[in-house]
Amino acid sequence: MKYQSQAVAKPYFIFALILFAGQILFGLILGLQYVVGDFLFPEIPFNVARMVHTNLLIVWLLFGFMGATYWLVPEEAQTELHSPLLAKVLFWVFAVAGTLTILGYLSVDYATLADLTYNNLLPTMGREFLEQPTITKIGIAVVAVGFLYNVGVTALKGRKTVVNIVLMTGLFGLVVLWLFAFYNPSNLTLDKYFWWFVVHLWVEGVWELIMGAILAYILIKLTGVDREVIEKWLYVIIAMALISGIIGTGHHFFWIGPPEYWLWLGSVFSALEPLPFFMMVLFAFNMVKRRRRNHPNKAALLWALGTSVMAFLGAGVWGFLHTLAPVNYYTHGSQITAAHGHMAFYGAYVMIVLTIISYAMPIMRGRPYGNSATAQAMEIWGFWLMTLSMVCITLFLTGAGVLQVWLQRMPDAGEALSFMATQDRIALFYWMRLVAGAFFMGGLVVYLGSFLIKGEAPEPALEGAAARA
Amino acid sequence: MTRPRYLPGDLAVWLLILAELAVFALLFVGFAVARAFDPATFAAGRAELHPGVGLASTLSLIVASYLVATATVGYRRGRDGTAVRLWLALLVSLAYTLGKLWEYGQLYGAGYHLGSDTFFMFYFFLTFFHFLHVVVGQGVLLALARKARRPWQDDRDTNAMESGACYWHMVDLVWLALFPLLYVVA
Repeated sequence: MKYQSQAVAKPYFIFALILFAGQILFGLILGLQYVVGDFLFPEIPFNVARMVHTNLLIVWLLFGFMGATYWLVPEEAQTELHSPLLAKVLFWVFAVAGTLTILGYLSVDYATLADLTYNNLLPTMGREFLEQPTITKIGIAVVAVGFLYNVGVTALKGRKTVVNIVLMTGLFGLVVLWLFAFYNPSNLTLDKYFWWFVVHLWVEGVWELIMGAILAYILIKLTGVDREVIEKWLYVIIAMALISGIIGTGHHFFWIGPPEYWLWLGSVFSALEPLPFFMMVLFAFNMVKRRRRNHPNKAALLWALGTSVMAFLGAGVWGFLHTLAPVNYYTHGSQITAAHGHMAFYGAYVMIVLTIISYAMPIMRGRPYGNSATAQAMEIWGFWLMTLSMVCITLFLTGAGVLQVWLQRMPDAGEALSFMATQDRIALFYWMRLVAGAFFMGGLVVYLGSFLIKGEAPEPALEGAAARA
Repeated sequence: MTRPRYLPGDLAVWLLILAELAVFALLFVGFAVARAFDPATFAAGRAELHPGVGLASTLSLIVASYLVATATVGYRRGRDGTAVRLWLALLVSLAYTLGKLWEYGQLYGAGYHLGSDTFFMFYFFLTFFHFLHVVVGQGVLLALARKARRPWQDDRDTNAMESGACYWHMVDLVWLALFPLLYVVA
């Protein structure tokens, strides 16, 4: 660790992983509720479990991004963090607020939660993924601004690298776009517009910048390829992400009331959205091919390559599958969407956070060259178990989705099966998805278990200085 | 002066150019498909445009591209006059900018907009998207012209000049496809 203040990333990473485990637990509950409808009812109804599952995902990824930022901004800027104390205070504020929110979801019904948190003063609740009580949303905004100030001052006072500039741009966008979560127009179409300005422009806009910056940083560290080369790739990737992603928001506007031209714009621009992800695959594999050192942390390298491939498959290919308006007319809101959502979030954002954790955590735990061979082997087992399980979840949900479209959406009026009759027909896919989900949980347990193994990777004989750089 | 074969400009800019061309190519394909479905609307829409202005825009971009190309070659060989040529290119390209704004004004005044019909959706989106690229290109020319003012040095970097010129030619090339597609081909 080059700068002591980088260590503030540690609690962020640990808490992120705890929430990750919670997210997967609720994923399993949901998977079971798909086939055993009254499982845990009325204690944890489906809508509540789903809210907890998705909200935990978003919050733990935010913890991961913050940890990654606290880790890499000081190192890139070559200076200590502006205020480690502020970072620690904000950690506790965010952790307590997040935990209370989840407990709120689970302990009282949603309407009561809205009353208890004075939602009527500034109504923002009730929208998918943005279900947090207004007070929590304000808390997130305050934490985000404090965080941005802290790392922004750090980045400005030190060396200005492309990685830091791209990362800061992404984070700035993340914070600004969050503000749309507070605007809740009564016109449903307008409401959806602003909702997508948060949801889409996060995951298909600014988060891609964050992912690209973290990936670039990791590749600089692990491969030793010239920073200039990596930065050039990063520029092209983010340019492509923004060119395709911003107008690509239109693929969400197809059936919600806006003018017809969005069918064209949304289709054309989102058809290009796989490109930046494909470039990330080329980028990662090219840099590894041209590497100037063999970094002993093999697990981190595997995560870095894995995230590029899985993001391309999940966000790129599975997104493209149903993004063209004539296709989306039938597939909208089906299990195909769920398949895409699962693999895209896992491939792009879960894996990039696990990549930086895999690289940074051993260093923060006094193992500058990575964990011991045994721990790395276990982590790699976790990687494959989780990744292959996610591939299976995606394939099973795709199968369910295709069948759903075939039975429920394609036939003429009067001949189509009802929603519930269709669900019965595709139950087998849901059972298989549940089994794959259980394997995913197994993979997560193995992954978390790898943190318990002691020992560290030895200093490489010939390249000690290079690997440390 | 002979040089080994090499890629003028930066590889990153070339990737960007390819990506941009892919965007326009997809939109052109979309245009062709939509026109095949509804030729009457497209013919009616085309009749409302101003081909004279379109032609003037085309000429202005071609002349500007010529000036940029000769400026780049001159810069590479250490000749004087690079900055002047770039300023001139910028000036000439303004004819395109003004022409486009005038036509937008005319059409908007006549009640046409992005949502009028499929033809005008493509017309406004394609030309405005291209217009934004021209404006960025004009900014690039401005930056290059200022850079070229600095005293000539043997070890100067031609990369920026070539990269900027490549981008400008891409913008020009797209218009050369757009002009016949929107204004001419029946």
